[in-house]
Amino acid sequence: MKLYEITPDPISTDDVVARLANPAVGAIATFVGVVRGETDGKETLYLEYEAYPEMAEATLARIGDEIHERWPSIREVAIVHRVGRLEIGEAATVIAVSAAHRSEVFDALRYAIDRLKEIAPIWKKEVWADGGEWKSEAIKASDTDFAN
Amino acid sequence: MEIRVRLFAAPREALGKSEIEVSLPDGVTVADLIEHLKTAHPILRAYTRFLSVAVNRAYVGWETELHDGDEVACLPPVGGG
Repeated sequence: MKLYEITPDPISTDDVVARLANPAVGAIATFVGVVRGETDGKETLYLEYEAYPEMAEATLARIGDEIHERWPSIREVAIVHRVGRLEIGEAATVIAVSAAHRSEVFDALRYAIDRLKEIAPIWKKEVWADGGEWKSEAIKASDTDFAN
Repeated sequence: MEIRVRLFAAPREALGKSEIEVSLPDGVTVADLIEHLKTAHPILRAYTRFLSVAVNRAYVGWETELHDGDEVACLPPVGGG
């Protein structure tokens, strides 16, 4: 089973957790990023996710490598991200981190989602009743008004 | 030399294409390629300010020299999760 995956199919959290099954594991922390129905008071109809799939899977694996370097007690990391049209409430990403004991799984999990948002070549478009916009937390729409 | 350019998200939508083949003289850099794209496809000008670039699936600086057969991806600010 792939630990780092871009998929057009619905993601099951149980399935991602199962990928980390190992008798040595005593703690698995999971993060589920779901599609929110509004942003800044504006209703979202659905989200459209797009990835550069070959590079995105390699980037997710790189995030896993970074976690293993920073937290040697982490046993395994799985990061799955969905692409295509996602409805409100559906899982866009599921991340799972395992270790023998619980102590560092939370920090590693937080790092994984933060890095995913920072470097993974994945984009999302919010679609509204009257239009839509490709969103990035790094760059707000107002910053692009004077684009060259 | 032949360069394969891949586009994603907003610039892909604006141009209506996810891939372009570009012929350029040997020795050009990523910056030269971006200038070429802005001239050949003025609609892309609006998207180059915050663009990151990957050559053969690795992020690179704009001074990077390109080679025949390279795959250059124009990556607007990412927003996964």
